[in-house]
Amino acid sequence: MNPMEEMRREEEKLLRTDRLPHVWCPGCGIGITLNAFLRAFIRSKMDPNKLVVVSGIGCTGRAAGYVNVDSFHTTHGRGIPFAVGIKFARPDLNVVVFSGDGDLFAIGGNHFVNAARRNHDLLIIAVNNFTYGMTGGQHGPTTPTGAYTTTTPYGNPDRPFNIPHLAISLGAPYVARWTTYHVNQLQNSIYHALHKKGFRVIEVISQCPTVYGRRNDMKTPLEMMHYFQKNSVRKDDASFEELELKYNGKIVVGVFRDIQGIPTYEERYEDIIRRARK
Amino acid sequence: MRMILTGNESAAWGARLSRPKVIAAYPITPQTSIIETIAAFIANGEMDARYIRVESEHSAMAACIAAQNTGVRTYTATSAHGLALMHEVLMWASGARLPIVMSVVNRAMAPPWSVWTDQLDTMAERDSGWIQVYTQNNQEVLDSIIMSYKIAEKHNILMPTMVIEDAFILSHTSEGVDVPDQKDVDDFLGEYNPAFKLDPDEPAGFGSLIMPEGPYMEFRYKMALAMEEARKEIKKVVEEYNEKFNRNYSPFIEEYRTEDADAVMVVLGTIGSTAKDVVDRMREKGKKVGVARVRYFRPFPMDEMRALAKKTDMIGVVDRSYSFGPGADLYAETKSVLYGHANIPVKNYVMGLGGRDITPQILEKVFNDMLTIAKEGVVDREVEWVGLQGDERWS
Ligand SMILES: Cc1ncc(C[n+]2csc(CCOP(=O)(O)OP(=O)(O)O)c2C)c(N)n1
Ligand code: SF4
Ligand SMILES: [Mg+2]
Repeated sequence: MNPMEEMRREEEKLLRTDRLPHVWCPGCGIGITLNAFLRAFIRSKMDPNKLVVVSGIGCTGRAAGYVNVDSFHTTHGRGIPFAVGIKFARPDLNVVVFSGDGDLFAIGGNHFVNAARRNHDLLIIAVNNFTYGMTGGQHGPTTPTGAYTTTTPYGNPDRPFNIPHLAISLGAPYVARWTTYHVNQLQNSIYHALHKKGFRVIEVISQCPTVYGRRNDMKTPLEMMHYFQKNSVRKDDASFEELELKYNGKIVVGVFRDIQGIPTYEERYEDIIRRARK
Repeated sequence: MRMILTGNESAAWGARLSRPKVIAAYPITPQTSIIETIAAFIANGEMDARYIRVESEHSAMAACIAAQNTGVRTYTATSAHGLALMHEVLMWASGARLPIVMSVVNRAMAPPWSVWTDQLDTMAERDSGWIQVYTQNNQEVLDSIIMSYKIAEKHNILMPTMVIEDAFILSHTSEGVDVPDQKDVDDFLGEYNPAFKLDPDEPAGFGSLIMPEGPYMEFRYKMALAMEEARKEIKKVVEEYNEKFNRNYSPFIEEYRTEDADAVMVVLGTIGSTAKDVVDRMREKGKKVGVARVRYFRPFPMDEMRALAKKTDMIGVVDRSYSFGPGADLYAETKSVLYGHANIPVKNYVMGLGGRDITPQILEKVFNDMLTIAKEGVVDREVEWVGLQGDERWS
């Protein structure tokens, strides 16, 4: 069997194929991201029986329903607190949160902030498509200023989150950003992050041609991919300003923070119990 | 002006005509097209209001509360989990006596996830101190929003109001709707005249802490009185609206062929129109059945329900949600107001949960079951689930 075919078979084992076809639109970036995650996981040779995938609600959130491992499709915004609960009860499990920008940073923003501060041992894959895809393309917490959405027909007045900067400011030990154009880098990054500890954040800039792209002069998935290709630059030591995402502006990608040795919440907790028992 | 509108567009028009000054909202299926339509109205300069897409429903209601406290009308819309997330501040809006009007599109609660119609979301808020009006068509969605501002804002009422529509069956279905003229609505509603508001010249503290001897209980009592008062005001306002806009809403319960009915089905929302159709067909076969569609669930139409029971031998209550008490909510309340007033059998039919279709065929079977009970005078089971998978009886 050729290696591609073998990879496909391995991946299929990790998918609930009975739930296919999936709901995602043709050309959507969420599938690329899920694919990168599955490939990275297969490459890591980690035990699928110890993997839990948690999602909130949204197009991205549907991922939890398609992976053939223990998974939770939780309420909107609550992926992180569900994951915290799982990790706390079963520290031996490998817990990954796979969710969208609106879910993780608007309705669930407080959970992100506090879980990062405590350094829970979770891998967060945040698919940022600049909009609330599932509900039909309203502006959200990562919509660039000036962008057109169903709720900002003449341009968005809000300022978006600078996700890598937010994560770094909270002390997250691993922080990266890629686009769906950077499939290999994304896959490598997930692979490395899977082997690390603490609150690891990977932002994936992803195309939603259906409800975002078409209102912003990028009707097809290809146009969005071209935009990612043309405008991304790698810069691991980027400044706050450089990490900001401007409407039609540059997309700085890279691994912005990668340090180890900060004890996780779970480790600190165990340590206190150990000391108290002495 | 006659327009073709979905239920959600009708809600947006109802809001637009009522001239709220602040709209704070968070998107959720199947409510989204309400707030998208309003966003476009405002952006196009057709509506003079400020609009903010906050980060959750909890914040949406909090923002409406605070804005309303400054002395302006506000509006928002939500559904299911969004409504549940608002729960804490719903209590605040009513306790603070702010006449906010909100559209709620009835949708099922997870798990498992379902976006289809089901009334558990609003039933779970029946004790939140909000007036609840359930609608049956897009015209009623639009009209009820305008009427609700008028009722809620009366200084002897000051209770927030939910105007409720069924997911998809109304929210995403187009019908011909008569959209009243702005001038007529302005005449009808008048300028918002808040009973109290934030005023730097007369500083006031909102939401202070009080001790058990303090007037907490009295505040609650006043809310109870206001809800009672609302019965009178609803009647007056609906009659005034009917007159001015040439409509014929019954304030509390819309009865259909109940006069000589052997059995009457009590329902909420769009089930009413299906049931009326079934009644016509059954009447042709000589079966004397009728429908009573409850519009206001809060305040609950006590007198009207008691009067209804005098006309018939049996009442079957259809609930599109379930409560883990003595049957579902509409049934439990109907039965409790009849206690000591009417000695007729009452049975609960729980159906259509999670959007399962309530077909004329199913309703006809239910009516036949009701007629049997009316004749024999005994209820076989107080609560029956209708249309479960594999249940031959109703399929
Ligand atoms: C409490 C609550 N409010 C609103 C919703 C409706 N809702 C479902 S998905 C979604 C937005 C999802 O956006 P995002 O997280 O960016 O995911 P995407 O669809 O873009 O992948 C919203 C608002 C909900 N399910 N629950
Ligand atoms: S709406 Fe957008 S995010 Fe959702 S599946 Fe379609 S392309 Fe993807
Ligand atoms: Mg999104």
